[in-house]
Amino acid sequence: MNGIDFDIAHLLAGSLVLISFLELYQDRLYALLNVFALHALVLALSVAWQAYIQDAPHLYITAALALAFKAIIIPVVLHRIIVRLGVHREIEQVVGVGAAMLAGMALVALSMVVMLRVTQEADPLAREDLAFALSVVLLGLLMMVTRRNAVSQVVGFMSLENGLVLAATGAKGMPLVVEISVAFSILIAFIVIGIFLFRIRERFDTVDVQALDRFRGERR
Amino acid sequence: MRFDAIAAVLLVPLLAAAALTLIPGYRASARMNVLATVATFLSALSMFFIRPQPGSYLLVDDLNSTFIVLTTFVGFTTSVFSASYIGHELETGRLTPTFLRFYHAMYQVLMFAMNLALLANNIGVMWVAIELATLTTVLMVGIYRTHEALEAAWKYFILGSVGIALALFGTILVYMAARPVVGEGVDGMVWTILITHANAFDPALLNVAFVFLLLGYGTKVGLAPLHAWLPDAHAEGPTPISAVLSGLLLNIALYALLRFKMLLAVNSAALAPGPLMVTLGLISLVFAAFMLYRRRDIKRMFAYSSIEHMGIITFAFGMGGPLANFAGLLHMTMHSLTKSAIFFAVGHVAQVKGTQRIADMGGLTVTNPVLGWGLILGVIAIAGLPPLGIFMSEFLVVSSTFVRSPALAIILVFGLLVGLAGLFLRLNTIAFGEPRGGFAKTEASYLPLFSHLALVFAMGIYLPSALVAWFENVARLLG
Repeated sequence: MNGIDFDIAHLLAGSLVLISFLELYQDRLYALLNVFALHALVLALSVAWQAYIQDAPHLYITAALALAFKAIIIPVVLHRIIVRLGVHREIEQVVGVGAAMLAGMALVALSMVVMLRVTQEADPLAREDLAFALSVVLLGLLMMVTRRNAVSQVVGFMSLENGLVLAATGAKGMPLVVEISVAFSILIAFIVIGIFLFRIRERFDTVDVQALDRFRGERR
Repeated sequence: MRFDAIAAVLLVPLLAAAALTLIPGYRASARMNVLATVATFLSALSMFFIRPQPGSYLLVDDLNSTFIVLTTFVGFTTSVFSASYIGHELETGRLTPTFLRFYHAMYQVLMFAMNLALLANNIGVMWVAIELATLTTVLMVGIYRTHEALEAAWKYFILGSVGIALALFGTILVYMAARPVVGEGVDGMVWTILITHANAFDPALLNVAFVFLLLGYGTKVGLAPLHAWLPDAHAEGPTPISAVLSGLLLNIALYALLRFKMLLAVNSAALAPGPLMVTLGLISLVFAAFMLYRRRDIKRMFAYSSIEHMGIITFAFGMGGPLANFAGLLHMTMHSLTKSAIFFAVGHVAQVKGTQRIADMGGLTVTNPVLGWGLILGVIAIAGLPPLGIFMSEFLVVSSTFVRSPALAIILVFGLLVGLAGLFLRLNTIAFGEPRGGFAKTEASYLPLFSHLALVFAMGIYLPSALVAWFENVARLLG
């Protein structure tokens, strides 16, 4: 593997982590969706680059899927949903920006320490890809726990899943990557349809997940 | 053409699912559902006699054929229960005919997904199958479309997806560990190839992988800090689904965990997975035992009891060794049979009384004696009183632990006793005292309930030596 191949792969994977940070402090749903579209776009580029340097044409399918489905269709659909639900101006943040960013940095440091230490034998590209991927996964998780809105939880889940696709494509020659990315797309489609079909808004008058908590189990 | 048990176990549910989407009447589709599960169960049973020769994507060994027979059996009895339960839901208008058709098709898709997860020889396929099983149960949990049901489904969805995502990361790491040894491509995910080469894998990578897999699949097992979805999903979905969730789906996730535990056991440099599982198991047991006291909803109470028992089973497998593994397997079988029997009873109780609130039901033994005593028997069994099957398996777990680490055994016994008292406290309100709640006659089929209880009772008194030999064999396999 020559230098420039490695550098570009590194650059793309690193940008994914940065964009995850951008997502972390967006407090308007519209802006959040735009940043997520960018996230998916960079993922598509990164996967396509892996397909090129690994000479693995089937990965182009995964890249195309990421581009079409996650960078275009899902953001557009979610835009429409939030407009129809009338929450597009909503501002929401459970913990402050500062706290969320600090927690995010701690998580990235954690994943670097863990992954770089345990993968000393692996080849450098796969190794750093994995460290970046784990950071993206953990940042996605962080976003899911710091948000209350159902739509932004879904965005958190999708960026978590982008991290997984990054890890899977970084592992050279991994089988079933395409199948797994298709399975994930189905999962996400279900979630998005779920938001809409269950009409969380209609039933609860808000997509704020905290409102759902009122209905939690334990009938009194 | 030769009869192929594997193909039958996978294709029968799939074809039945397709057919069930087309059948309009609920009686016909309920009957068809039962027929399909019987056929699946019988073909699974045939695996004991003619061991099929699977290809590279599927696998049949002593471990998973045990799980498959248990899964298809409980799947079959639950479909019989479901047939008598679901008609009532239609009458009371909680379900519409369209949703019912969907429900039956999903039931078969779930059976397919669980069988595929058990049969898969490829850790990627196993992951996809468990995801499919999660999706179908999410849809079924939300099927009543009430506030509570939607909230439960959403919570299950999000937590289940996170669990599934972490498990995939673990799976990728296992592949990364395998790649330098077995080479690139499909081989790096085939379990039978992995297990023969696992001693050469990078131990550090395997360790991290196992932690992710434990967190991921552990969420689906319902282990304590990750269990939040479980009580809601059990309480708000249709009762047959609660029975299948508790009796089967939790086992499937545990099975996935066991497969990876076997991988780590081969690699001497990797960390011992046992202590992690022991810790999570004990936390689940003690936590769930205390949670039993403040439950107001009957289905939530038994959901917490499931967390408790999954804790015991994970604990037993974490201890490892032939005796503890034997106890774990036996306990898993007994718990599946007993817990689904309890949910069969609870389903009818909730229909008769018209509520799931414990405070609103009482005097069940007076108003509906057969059902009431069935429930009492089930609770006696699940609480682990002699002479029923769970007493024996719990006794084995405790006694094998006492020999090796008495301190852990004391925590274990403490948790068991706390749980026992909690269950009987609530049972007293439900079964005895002044009759409260509805007085409707039950039009239930008691066959599934009492056949499970009879099995548990019989196995508590006498375990056939063939079964003992079989379990001992599987326990050795688990290491």
